[in-house]
Amino acid sequence: MTTHVVDPDRVPDAPLVSPGSSGGLLDVFRRRYLLRLLVQKELKARYQGSVLGLLWSYVKPAVRFSMYFVVMGIILEMDKRAENFAIHLFSGMVFVHYFTETFASGTRSIVKNKALVQKMSLPREMFPVAAMLVSAYHTLPQLLILTGGAMLTGWSPDGLAFAAGVLGFSIIAVFGMALALLFSAANVFFRDFQNIVETFSIFVTWSVPMIYPFALVKNGAFGGTWVETLYLANPIAEAVLLVQRCFWVSTTSDPEQTLATNFPDDLFVRGLVILGICVVFLGIAQWAFTKLEGKFAERL
Amino acid sequence: MTESIVVRNVTKRFTMRYHRTIKQMTVAAVRRQQLSDSFLAVNDVSFTVEQGESIGLMGLNGSGKSTLLKLISGVMKPDSGSVQTRGRIAGLIATGAGFHPQLTGRENIYLNAAILGMSEAETKRKFDQIIDFASVGKFLDTPVGHYSSGMFARLGFAVAVHADSDIFLVDEVLAVGDRPFKKKCLQRMQEVKAEGRTLFYVSHSPGSVRKMCDRALVLENGVLGFDGPVADGIHYLKYDDDGPNSEDDIDDQMGADI
Repeated sequence: MTTHVVDPDRVPDAPLVSPGSSGGLLDVFRRRYLLRLLVQKELKARYQGSVLGLLWSYVKPAVRFSMYFVVMGIILEMDKRAENFAIHLFSGMVFVHYFTETFASGTRSIVKNKALVQKMSLPREMFPVAAMLVSAYHTLPQLLILTGGAMLTGWSPDGLAFAAGVLGFSIIAVFGMALALLFSAANVFFRDFQNIVETFSIFVTWSVPMIYPFALVKNGAFGGTWVETLYLANPIAEAVLLVQRCFWVSTTSDPEQTLATNFPDDLFVRGLVILGICVVFLGIAQWAFTKLEGKFAERL
Repeated sequence: MTESIVVRNVTKRFTMRYHRTIKQMTVAAVRRQQLSDSFLAVNDVSFTVEQGESIGLMGLNGSGKSTLLKLISGVMKPDSGSVQTRGRIAGLIATGAGFHPQLTGRENIYLNAAILGMSEAETKRKFDQIIDFASVGKFLDTPVGHYSSGMFARLGFAVAVHADSDIFLVDEVLAVGDRPFKKKCLQRMQEVKAEGRTLFYVSHSPGSVRKMCDRALVLENGVLGFDGPVADGIHYLKYDDDGPNSEDDIDDQMGADI
């Protein structure tokens, strides 16, 4: 073998390390420029070749909102059980939609980007994170419409209302991110997972107090039983209640009364505990993702 | 402390799945058929590359070359053993290295450069050189899904060679390029080599390996069969069977790698 002479100036000032990234979500935030480009790419690709384009992100929720409002609110007379039902419903829907979008598009994200995953070395967490940010981007204008609607109906939020809103949003974001991370990895191995997600989304819509007020659960057949406890343990249900605390409560004629009848006790303590659990769950999801990631390139 | 790539006892096993649905699995279980089969794509491979060496990785189709390259680039992780590298890695793993078909050439250049670790300013600074090298002309703002395979490869190669890297990997990218482009690539690879970067080049063409590399590795069914001087490696692979000139004849006839 010919002996090779190494030019010492060319030896990079870096240690020998395993190639590929291993910092997980931290790497994603370290490489924000790449993340931004991926988000732009996703935004462009989502409604590629459609005439309405970005408008679809408003048409779909608008249709869903109208349907629920007419059927649940007017025909089934929910507007008599919950004052200012439109805000009650829409505040829940905006955030539930953010959650289901994050979850669904996050789950598909790795498989959809297999061209990149198979050939380039980059933190794979980029894709579910980008999916979450894209969903957030589509949620923002809906949030503005919600704020406008709340203002028209006499919104006068106090500090606690804003705190509730931020807490509710954080729960949705962390929980959605954890599920997206876990399911995006699982979906590489079994494409069944993207179907599970769709089913799960229907379940989420009905298992949170948005198309019916929480008072019906509290005072109904499940009131005081373990079913109610389970119902409230659902992070999405808790987040929806917090968001309603933010947008809906102050638009009702007697906020004190609304808080007493339509909310559980210790709303904030529950919220903080659930957020804590969601953060732990995100850690577990990251751990599982790292375990599964090594086989992505060959299983796609 | 001058190693650039250290590969120690690396093994990678691939599983082939015969049955994927519950129905198929049940049927297979009842009939006592084997559910899955696996093979070793890379089998206990060890070698060390010093900074600035240029390595030609050769072997027949299916001998594990691309898998080994993916292990070095970090796209895949070994089942056992370890791969370690020093510094930034750039290069091409197969043609059209991970372009997004719906994005235009311009957008893909930025995305690909960012994946290779380039900043926005760095990409802007090198943008003209990149498009000049890729010579995709007016197709720059066309989605790359409409590109010919040659243009696809040119664009990928152009981005990769302009990224600052300490290790440069090339996987048979030249196979789809036309003659002027191949010449340009080989010239550029010579420059990369002259700059003292580590070059890791996968090729079927003994001619270009002879020109580019000062050491050859030969893989045979996942096992490292040869590690040494290029001429001996080519002889080991029996690529020089029919005399020194025949390969060029075949290349000319087939339009393959030069």
